[in-house]
Amino acid sequence: MTDAATNGVPILETHGLTMRFGGVVAVDNVDFTMSEGELRCLIGPNGAGKSTFFKCLTHQYKASAGRVRFRGADITGSHTYQIARRGIGIKTQVPSVFDGLSVHENIWVAARRHHGRREANRIVEGILERLRLSALARRVVGQLAHGERQRVELGTVLTGEPELILLDEPTAGMTHEEVNQTTDLIREINKTTSMIVVEHDMQFIKAIAERVTVFHQGAILIEDTMANLEQNQQVRDIYLGKQHAA
Amino acid sequence: MTVLGVNLRSWEALGTILVLVVMVVLLFAGPQIFDLFTLFKVTLFVAMAILALSMGFIWGYGGILCFGQSAFYGLGAYTYAIAVGNIGESTGPFFLAIIVPAAFAALLGYFMFYGRLSDVYLAVVTLAVTLILYNFMRSTAGEEYAIGAQRLMGFNGISSIQPINWPGDGNAMLFPDEIFHLSMGCLILCYAGLKLLNRSYFGRVAVAIRENELRAELLGYDVRLHKLQTFTIGGGMAGLAGCLGVNFNSFVNPDVFALNFAAEIIMWTLIGGLGTLVGPVIGCIGLLMLKFEIGQQQITNTYLIFGGIIMVFVLAVPAGLLPTARQLADRFLPGLGLGGAEVESRREAAQ
Repeated sequence: MTDAATNGVPILETHGLTMRFGGVVAVDNVDFTMSEGELRCLIGPNGAGKSTFFKCLTHQYKASAGRVRFRGADITGSHTYQIARRGIGIKTQVPSVFDGLSVHENIWVAARRHHGRREANRIVEGILERLRLSALARRVVGQLAHGERQRVELGTVLTGEPELILLDEPTAGMTHEEVNQTTDLIREINKTTSMIVVEHDMQFIKAIAERVTVFHQGAILIEDTMANLEQNQQVRDIYLGKQHAA
Repeated sequence: MTVLGVNLRSWEALGTILVLVVMVVLLFAGPQIFDLFTLFKVTLFVAMAILALSMGFIWGYGGILCFGQSAFYGLGAYTYAIAVGNIGESTGPFFLAIIVPAAFAALLGYFMFYGRLSDVYLAVVTLAVTLILYNFMRSTAGEEYAIGAQRLMGFNGISSIQPINWPGDGNAMLFPDEIFHLSMGCLILCYAGLKLLNRSYFGRVAVAIRENELRAELLGYDVRLHKLQTFTIGGGMAGLAGCLGVNFNSFVNPDVFALNFAAEIIMWTLIGGLGTLVGPVIGCIGLLMLKFEIGQQQITNTYLIFGGIIMVFVLAVPAGLLPTARQLADRFLPGLGLGGAEVESRREAAQ
């Protein structure tokens, strides 16, 4: 546990974070705070701005306005690679992997960034086993199924041992069994790492969520526990439509 | 992938050793088996092969499509010619011919990579740079265009360039067979060096960046710096090729910066096979031999034939000669396990 964590400084804060594309406001003046060790879920309909919010946090998009703080340090203007080095890892919505490389090579490149050659080899073997990828180690990633590619990407993220992990739809394209395994994996990772998870699968959210933030039209609509949100009429309206609610 | 108890990596190692053995044999036997005219020609081929290697490295492994690799070749050639014309001894000019193009590549690369130029624009900018150099060098015929004692001579080019000499003795110039030995030695060093580099941490990261820049950044790699380093190495190597190329006929003119030459380098790489080192060398030597033959026949325009060849390759052999040969070997001699299937699957995955 770092000094910042023990001092109660939030691991991540955004103040007035805004992302405009021409006249479209994809992220609208978002004030977001989460504390050390938390597992936060972000939900909201398609186009609510969840993925764009992630891209602003990791500087894949340069925010139009607002600030981002990680452990109290302003990282708004930092480059993507600098943010990664500070300890924020991200698994993107569409798996972003090295398609032409093998599963082993993908994880190795991630591990070698942090460790020497021998240590990297040892870590790769551990990650492959942990994510049940050992049998696929020599396969070219571009030829794998979507769910397997998701696991490879997660492997590259975990290898860096980030302090905060952003997961954008981690169970998309996975089988029911894989979703269950991913649920267990996320719970296990969360014992040591703070996480923000964007997901549409409500059963999955219920299984992992402590606190849930609802995005709607680029802004935060509400933050609460999943149990309370299920009873919230406003949330039901934006997810299922007012007609259903009526 | 293990076949007949030999894994793919071992086959690759065997291939590398075979290529090196062939080059070393040629290094020693070349002057004995070639007549003087052929030796001159082969020396030029060897210099061009180094240029092809530089292109194969930055494009095939670094994912940087530089349409103006000729600029660094030309800068190396002119740097050597100008420096040796002033100094009169070739050791310094030889190294300057590597350093100046590498420094120019670093400067140009800094603006391109740190300016976040995308692939297509990068190709256009590098082509524009070589064409600017072409037009500039063509306009330097006047007496006022001189660096020290060496005039640039405009479109006529610089002739009677002093050949490379033994280090420290400007009068002990190398004979053609010694220049061949030097060129071949440089080719062997470049090939072996790039092979080692590609297997190193740096090389693997370069390939990862080629595959997915965003993921590399998200893992904490400074993609701009890495690409700049790759581009600079390629620039220096092309400069070395230029220096050796000048020694072929003691002459350099602005045509080294011309569009035709820039396009030829791309063709060598495409025809030989992107993502390999030997492929571009094979493409280079094959096309140069064809160019010499067509030039001797005087029947048709060389570039008309080249245009037809590139169309055939793009449509029928898109992976290039070497990867296609490996795929065919894999299909008809699957027991050998030459990795053609893996090459193909990687190519498909990358596409």
